Amino acid sequence: MTPEQIKLHGDALYQALVDRQPLAPLTEREPDITIDDAYRIQLRMIERRLAKGETVIGKKIGVTSKAVQQMLNVYQPDFGLLLSGMVYAEGQAIPADSMIAPRAEAEVAFILKRDLDGPGVTAADVLRATDFVMPCFEIVDSRIKDWKIKIQDTVADNASCGVFVLGGTPRSLRGLDLSVAGMVVEKNGEIVSTSAGASVQGSPVNAVAWLANTLGALGIPLKAGEVILSGSQSPLMPVKAGDFFTCSVGGLGSCSARFS
Amino acid sequence: MTIDQKTLDSLAEYLESAELEAREVVKITDAHPQLTLDDGYAIQAAIRARKEARGNQVAGLKAGLTSRAKMKQMGVEVPCFGLLFDYMSIANGGDVKTSELIHPKVEAEIAFVLKAPLRGPGCHVGAVLAATDFVVPAVEIIDSRYENFRFDLVSVVADNTSSSRFVVGSVARGIEGLDLRTLGMVMEKNGEVVAMAAGASVLGHPAEAIAQLANHLAARGEEIPAGTYIMSGGATEAIPVAAGDSIQVRFQDLGSVSMRFV
Repeated sequence: MTPEQIKLHGDALYQALVDRQPLAPLTEREPDITIDDAYRIQLRMIERRLAKGETVIGKKIGVTSKAVQQMLNVYQPDFGLLLSGMVYAEGQAIPADSMIAPRAEAEVAFILKRDLDGPGVTAADVLRATDFVMPCFEIVDSRIKDWKIKIQDTVADNASCGVFVLGGTPRSLRGLDLSVAGMVVEKNGEIVSTSAGASVQGSPVNAVAWLANTLGALGIPLKAGEVILSGSQSPLMPVKAGDFFTCSVGGLGSCSARFS
Repeated sequence: MTIDQKTLDSLAEYLESAELEAREVVKITDAHPQLTLDDGYAIQAAIRARKEARGNQVAGLKAGLTSRAKMKQMGVEVPCFGLLFDYMSIANGGDVKTSELIHPKVEAEIAFVLKAPLRGPGCHVGAVLAATDFVVPAVEIIDSRYENFRFDLVSVVADNTSSSRFVVGSVARGIEGLDLRTLGMVMEKNGEVVAMAAGASVLGHPAEAIAQLANHLAARGEEIPAGTYIMSGGATEAIPVAAGDSIQVRFQDLGSVSMRFV
């Protein structure tokens, strides 16, 4: 794709985000679009947000679990950037109509105390660089109509990132094996899924190492202080105003998300 | 009871010989559609009597159909309960002979051992926790004697809730400081993750299955004696296994349970 096309599509996605008006899939309009093109479009969409005063506060990994991969028919992870405008405090109501077709997913967030500069990052490096972890909800949204996404569509759309909520108490990873940490997700008081950390690439720690190595190959480090969302351990759950979600993680405590 | 003693005994013989000969059979409600749940438990008791007469002993109790998905599928509100016998026990890390089984599946679960008897009605999670000596991780190998695991509630209860083999883990822990609700389990088959769950997938809390067992027995004038080993029901989905498969389940804070199918 030419730089002009990249800019055009990045700007269109930014406008779709602002106006909450979804677009037809890029993969329909640009059948030859590559994943590289998609990441360049993502970057353009992010530039527009940064120009409005937002800052980059972290990164997210998407499409990590088998469940989400099957749901989207996409069989590789992707990543997006977390911006300052995406954060909600736990307990604060998230207006459901601030997004197009929001869906909640429960995961574990890492907060780094050291940079992780791939390639060559191992699980041990991730453990060493992690300040603490917290359960969290990511509310994903798609600027592509009806979530009809292929991998290029979601990548261009910043990995379908919407907003996120970090929960409860920070925990050190010392003595905590996230791969066997159980997760219970409830929607309006009813259990909708149980799983364990192994659902994201064997362990959320592996997912963060994957991200550090993938971004490292592109010259982008994970930075000290950043929030890293390690990928959903629950199915994607549609949300509407009035919904209340909680997720509890063994050894980690819980996180809740409330929609108005 | 809707059947006479002779029919009951013949159905017990029909199902138990299917188990012992590793042979699948047509479900009993096809020929006896009038059977009730009480009949199912009476047939299960007759199977117990046959085994005890042969010198086998009850090694523990189990809950089945404990997940919401399974209960919805069977159209029931309470789990069903069955018996574990001494010959069903496999050592942690041991071999399970598939030639003795029909179409085995494995489920990961939490097992309870009681230090005090539990008596219903009105038994609840708190009472179960108070009466629990320790919990251990466990894997149950279920093996319905019915074709393709197709059964209804009465048929599965009569078939001793598909009990077949079980493996008890090596780490026993008191329940203090242990959150069984969020306790994670990861099942691997031949090294690949095939199922994951947290304890809450069993009735919201595994101890709830034990409470419901106590209440179920109370309705029959029985209690769960101190020292009883009880499996609380599969937290993961049941995964089919065959000769050559190796299963390992890792439990949060409780170590792991493994076995090989030969």
